[in-house]
Amino acid sequence: MIRFILRRLAQAVPTLLAVITVSFFLMRLAPGGPFDLERPLAPAAMENLRRVYGLDRPLIEQFGSYLASLLQGDLGPSFSFRDMSVLDLIARGLPVSATLGALALALATGLGVSLGVAAALGRGGVIDRLLGIGAALTLSLPSFVVAPLLQIAFGLTLRWLPLGGWNDGAPSHLVLPVITLALPQIGALARLTRASLAEVLRTQPVRTMRSLGLPPARVTRHALRGALLPVVAYLGPLAAALLTGSIVVETIFGLPGIGRYFVEGALNRDYTLVMGTVLLVAGLVIALNIAADLACAWLDPRLRARI
Amino acid sequence: MASLAVLVLIALACLIGPALTGHDPERAYPDLRQLPAGLTTQPDAAHLGPALERLAFRMRARLDAVARDGDSLRLTLGSDAGVDRRSLVYLPRSALFDAPEVVEERDSGRSLIVAVPLRRLHFPLGTDIQGRDLLTRCLVAGRISLAIGLVASLAALLIGVLYGATAGFLGGAVDAVMMRFVDVLYALPFVFFVILLLVFFRPSVLLMLVAITAVEWLDMARVVRAQTMSLRTRDFVRAAYALGLDARRIILRHIVPNTLGPVAVTATLLVPQVILLESFLSFLGLGVQEPQASWGVLIAEGARSIEAAPHLLAAPAAFLIATLVALNLLGDGLADALDPRAE
Repeated sequence: MIRFILRRLAQAVPTLLAVITVSFFLMRLAPGGPFDLERPLAPAAMENLRRVYGLDRPLIEQFGSYLASLLQGDLGPSFSFRDMSVLDLIARGLPVSATLGALALALATGLGVSLGVAAALGRGGVIDRLLGIGAALTLSLPSFVVAPLLQIAFGLTLRWLPLGGWNDGAPSHLVLPVITLALPQIGALARLTRASLAEVLRTQPVRTMRSLGLPPARVTRHALRGALLPVVAYLGPLAAALLTGSIVVETIFGLPGIGRYFVEGALNRDYTLVMGTVLLVAGLVIALNIAADLACAWLDPRLRARI
Repeated sequence: MASLAVLVLIALACLIGPALTGHDPERAYPDLRQLPAGLTTQPDAAHLGPALERLAFRMRARLDAVARDGDSLRLTLGSDAGVDRRSLVYLPRSALFDAPEVVEERDSGRSLIVAVPLRRLHFPLGTDIQGRDLLTRCLVAGRISLAIGLVASLAALLIGVLYGATAGFLGGAVDAVMMRFVDVLYALPFVFFVILLLVFFRPSVLLMLVAITAVEWLDMARVVRAQTMSLRTRDFVRAAYALGLDARRIILRHIVPNTLGPVAVTATLLVPQVILLESFLSFLGLGVQEPQASWGVLIAEGARSIEAAPHLLAAPAAFLIATLVALNLLGDGLADALDPRAE
């Protein structure tokens, strides 16, 4: 297993390198710079700033020194947040995004998988038929429509929950963003679980178990273990996407997470901040995909041979 | 089938609807801003009074009397300095009235009686912040949303099918390299790159099409490759091979047509993804730019004025969601119909 993890990590290196290279040069090719203010700076001041940040050196040299500092675990100083390093900013924003993402993930997985199981067991029943339409509906509800609607319903009309803000993670401030994040994934996970479990329930081993007279609950438990494989594989990238925050949800609810850093950083040409965010997301995607593969191997002994 | 009917209906409405609503999507009625949805004929009494007051102020005249006579108003305008007849052009310019006609002049020009035909306007979904007809705007925006959805999906389909079929058919080292490339692209946080592109190089519809296509062809390539792998060893492909056809012809004539089932399903589910991505980018202000609008642009506008006029969000959101639900259900239906193992 250690060898499997090491091999996957080694495979991730070229991917990460590609991510770094593409985003670095893409950003530098773009017109404009981090010190373009509405009132232009004096040329001498501009020169000094560019020298301090090393922007006056040849691009390839800057790329080299960026890679060198990356290897030492330094993501560099932020250009737009004064006196803050990118690591500081991530340390400040990640807990917010990760809290919301983890709660949304838990909600989506819990509800989605249970609904999927219920639908697969009662095929053609009420839950199954409702799920068919419900899943298509939640998948089609964009978060930028759901979020304002929730704000109107629960924030303005009923006045049960605050409209937005973080407030140190007070539970009432978490409810609406978490629902917005989880909603489309509930439908997706329910559909995936239903399809997968329905297929496993048709296989020979399950029929044998039934014919041997095992209680239905035990049969379902055995079948579920196999049926969860595609679900777990789907959860890897999903977790990465949810934990790194959503631009829309954080903007609409005014949350200080890292989803917002990305668009703001790109608009302000905050090179290091954008690079840091991209790297964080790419790293998490890779790490969680490896974790999902390990979980699949735990569920399915046949996959262990390959690990 | 119901979802297909809904889709055709929405597409037809977007295509020919704007010509039937009687409004130009850009035409603003400054006196009728943020009207709620409804069937009442505009301008109604509540909007007519203030509109006339404003017009009279513009014309530097007093509004001495207003009488309504069916579809026409009889205004008595007064001014101590004499009413300037040229200022009457303000009336048709407000878009609420047609050309006025002077009926009578009194007090040597200090009082003027004019007959002004009222225009009868209908705004079934109300008007937006600038007083533009929301229904027409939604339909015209739908043209752009649907067009981007179709064009980007078709481009992704073409690239994905050819790429996947080639990789799957040739196999071996070529396949390994080609699919490794797809894997690397998968690991890139691609939506981030789309946003970067659009922020850095002025947002335009063409750039967005390219960016969306670059994200969405990957799934198609994987699906087609998997399908091709299973076709490669089938007898009809071997026969074609034995007959001496070259790889290009086998791929185009024998492989691609046989992958069409899964391709159709993937493509149908691709279109809503593309439309959603487009409206997401437009919502962030990175997509379609004024004066053009897509559903995402209208939803962003609506979300900004949600307290004052919730219908500004509801109308474009309803169009978008109806389209996406219909497409998703259609894709599900196709998948079920083409699945040989379906119960």
